[in-house]
Amino acid sequence: MEYNCESYDVAVVGAGHAGCEAALACARLSLNTILFTVSTDSIALMPCNPNIGGTSKGHLVREIDALGGEMGKNIDKTYIQSKMLNRSKGPAVHSLRAQADKQDYSNEMRRVLENTDNLTIRQAEVSEIITEDGRITGLKTVSGAVYSCRAAVLCTGVYLKARCICGEVSQNTGPNGLPAANHLTESLLAHGIEMYRFKTGTPARIDRRSIDFSVMEEQFGDETVVPFSFTTDPETLTKPQVSCWLAYTNEETHDIIKKNIDRSPLYSGVIHGTGPRYCPSIEDKVMKFSDKDRHQIFIEPEGNYTNEMYIAGMSSSLPEDVQLAMYRSVKGMEHAKIVKNAYAIEYDCINPMQLKASLEFKAISGLFSGGQFNGSSGYEEAAAQGLIAGINAARKLQGREPLILDRSEAYIGVLIDDLVTKETHEPYRMMTSRAEYRLILRQDNADLRLTRYGYEVGLIDEERYRRLEQKRESIEKELARAKAQTIGATAQVQELLASLKSTPLKSGVTLAELITRPELSYDALKPIDKNRPALSAEVTEQVEIELKYEGYIKRQMSQVAQFKKMEHKKIPVSTDYDKIPSLRIEARQKLKQVRPENVGQASRISGVSPADISVLLVYLARG
Amino acid sequence: MDTIAAISTGLSNSGISIIRVSGPETFEVMDKIFSARNTEKKLSAQKTHTIHYGFIKDGEEIIDEVLVSVMRAPHTYTAEHVAEINCHGGSLVTKKVLETVLKQGVRLAEAGEFTKRAFLNGRIDLSKAEAVMEVIRAKSDLALKNSMAQLQGRVLKEISDLREVMIHHTAFIEAALDDPEHISLDGFTNELKESIIKIRERLKKLIDSAENGRMLREGIRTVILGKPNVGKSSLLNLLAGEERAIVTDIAGTTRDTIEETVTIRGIALSLIDTAGIRSTEDIVEKIGVEKAKKAAEDADLILYLADATEQVLEEEKELISLIARKKSIILLNKIDLCEMPDTSALEKLTGQKVLCISAKNEEGLEELYDTIEQMFFQNELSYNEELYITGERQKQALQSAYEAAGQVLQSIEAGLPEDFYSIDLMQGYESLGEITGESVDEDLVNTIFREFCMGK
Repeated sequence: MEYNCESYDVAVVGAGHAGCEAALACARLSLNTILFTVSTDSIALMPCNPNIGGTSKGHLVREIDALGGEMGKNIDKTYIQSKMLNRSKGPAVHSLRAQADKQDYSNEMRRVLENTDNLTIRQAEVSEIITEDGRITGLKTVSGAVYSCRAAVLCTGVYLKARCICGEVSQNTGPNGLPAANHLTESLLAHGIEMYRFKTGTPARIDRRSIDFSVMEEQFGDETVVPFSFTTDPETLTKPQVSCWLAYTNEETHDIIKKNIDRSPLYSGVIHGTGPRYCPSIEDKVMKFSDKDRHQIFIEPEGNYTNEMYIAGMSSSLPEDVQLAMYRSVKGMEHAKIVKNAYAIEYDCINPMQLKASLEFKAISGLFSGGQFNGSSGYEEAAAQGLIAGINAARKLQGREPLILDRSEAYIGVLIDDLVTKETHEPYRMMTSRAEYRLILRQDNADLRLTRYGYEVGLIDEERYRRLEQKRESIEKELARAKAQTIGATAQVQELLASLKSTPLKSGVTLAELITRPELSYDALKPIDKNRPALSAEVTEQVEIELKYEGYIKRQMSQVAQFKKMEHKKIPVSTDYDKIPSLRIEARQKLKQVRPENVGQASRISGVSPADISVLLVYLARG
Repeated sequence: MDTIAAISTGLSNSGISIIRVSGPETFEVMDKIFSARNTEKKLSAQKTHTIHYGFIKDGEEIIDEVLVSVMRAPHTYTAEHVAEINCHGGSLVTKKVLETVLKQGVRLAEAGEFTKRAFLNGRIDLSKAEAVMEVIRAKSDLALKNSMAQLQGRVLKEISDLREVMIHHTAFIEAALDDPEHISLDGFTNELKESIIKIRERLKKLIDSAENGRMLREGIRTVILGKPNVGKSSLLNLLAGEERAIVTDIAGTTRDTIEETVTIRGIALSLIDTAGIRSTEDIVEKIGVEKAKKAAEDADLILYLADATEQVLEEEKELISLIARKKSIILLNKIDLCEMPDTSALEKLTGQKVLCISAKNEEGLEELYDTIEQMFFQNELSYNEELYITGERQKQALQSAYEAAGQVLQSIEAGLPEDFYSIDLMQGYESLGEITGESVDEDLVNTIFREFCMGK
């Protein structure tokens, strides 16, 4: 029985990592917001790996934080182990990763949601979107309740027509046995939205008590924990950390997999969805890299109050009996007891090329989307999109221009630009290699890059913004000082250099020049830097990075200047590519499909050549 | 906008060539390379729309005696500062003058770029937009076609190999950065350093061969076709002047490879060996009409060799008429073994010039040379005008790949972390791709996943 229920400014569908950020952003921007979830038990659920961050994903979390999102704060509250990855590499690829207590993570996020004004949580399956004249006007749930809204954000994750597969057995459920959402797809298709079917997978959870850790290598967290959120005081993060464990598959494991490969739904054709190359199942790894005689696996706790251990590196959709034999073949897991089977999950998502860079559907005004629904993979990718989709839904209702971060400003910009511009045929995962200006897009300077936007949007308060601007000023002042400060070839200087295995000075140099030497650092030069002001570590870190890698950073800055020129050349929405005969046919088709917002985006579409861009420029200039 | 230059006339046998320079730095650049004959006054100080007599110099070396037109913005073709260097015609001089300009940091213009600038700067009526777009399209298609078609098979393969090595290294570094717990870079820096040194050597060789013009087929592309044992090899050797002509560089490359550039009466001919041309089986069957057509497409000139002692077969006649869309000369060989045949019937049938020769006795060659020379001066044959530009652009791309590789070495020496190496490696990869017309797209991510076992 259909009935008119309630009216909201914004309706968010799905309370995973994308949905939570979207709903919080809208509610915090004073919009009356409702958040739908198929089960309140699934709020901010981490159905796969028990960690937040990691290479390039850690960057996303810090960017989310700088924009006023919640993920960074939430993991700071609930982490049980923390590590800065790639510390021995350049600062651009340092990446923070924390193991989370999954239950805590969900609970904390739920607490935040429940204590946010203007935010209503509703357990219900949304079955239809309602539009009028190409504009979203409401949503309908399976029970027939119609909620009118002025904007909606779809963050359905892996729940649309979800099917979990474990060997020959498949069940039409979402992750962790939660209900699937089986109706919305039809409504979206009826609205002309193109759907894809993707798949992903997760490993088994094994009872901690059935594992012999004494034959495995213990993996500790960092002694000094760096917080994700720029607002978290590092002092508050001192707590005992749990360990993870390193183990290996072996020939026997591989034999078991090979012998049973015909029973793998991936290989027998039962699974049709496209999986991520980044998270291959163990059967994929064994079959595709048959020259490797072992694969690393990490055994990670799911939380402080559970015995479940996550077996990273061994996701699978093999039948239960094969799984049991396979896990038990690993040294130290001979007596493993499976708590939860590994499984693959198939789900409906959209072709994200139907979205604008604001994450609004090109064809339906006021309808936004984020997360795995957009063809991405990962909690952090989801949260980043959810935040942007939420912000832009709010801005649309406020009558403001959307917030669009470009590729030179944020990993989030790279993520969204890739999604809406390039064809994805698998769940998209963020990678540092996808960011062409990564020396500038560091995790350490996410606040300097993005706090301004968070402030303009209204998710960052005055005080935090002012503090950030003070930090920026201190950095600039100290950089100027370091470039002007001369260091003479005095006995004390030569002595210090000798002790640091650095070649002695022939004549005076600037402090900045000395810092560029790989064996020297800002801190190490303190004794010979007489006029050094007292500065916080976060300021001196920036000074050191800016000076040490100045050559490369300058180079990327000048590339960014070139890049920006093309980004600023807007392409009118009304552009009729059929009226540009000199475009090659392939380029014309792609341009018609993507309808890029500017010439820069056009140039990144595969199949559009530099000559096509020249033609386009001439066309646009013809007035 | 940067400053660009290109040859705006052909490279053929005209008396004068014009090199056009356009952009904000035009006159600064000209001041460095031009010295006037009768005045100390620099070009940058001359009035607009005036013409000046003097020399183009590379340092102290005089390259050519020239006339330079000075045209200041905005009343020029591109609405930018423009200088037009009128130098002596002929490919060598023109090339050297252009090279002198480019040495000053001027960029070689892209296909259709002068026209594009003229339009974007409002010099061309807005109603001509369609025509301008068509010019850009046509010129860039031609440039791309030339870039590929003119590259020798072995060069193309070498460039592809180098790209492969570069992206493999990059993918390994990136895989390790992305998945540091599974993939370690320990000890990789030394391995990379050695590999980069080798890459640089190979790039240097390519640059050298580009400089000596050995990378491209710069001459008139000439194919010798004919049945087996008709004397093709003898003719090749004769034209090449020595008994050493045929050396195929790499077996199994699908593209044809150039054998030899020979100069006949001052005209450069690139003799192209077509795959199967030395087959001992019947060419009409073995190569087939399709292959002959393909060979004909690649060629500017076809020398079709027939046996004067035998009747020309029907299917052979058919083949000859098929390839006759190109300039062809039919040669009846082995006249030492028979009476002088009557050429008029065949000439009538094919519409091509028919000559009698004896490769063995070196008879009839003068007549062949006369014919080629005549064709050239009647402009029936000409050098490919875009070709030199293509070569120059490729040389610049090689140079930039070489510099990128050098930057990797420098970063290694400076003790920078590995993530910096991949930035320059990708730069090099991209530069080489400009030569083969391949863009980068998702190559890196695809290579990472294909070659390395990633992930949780």
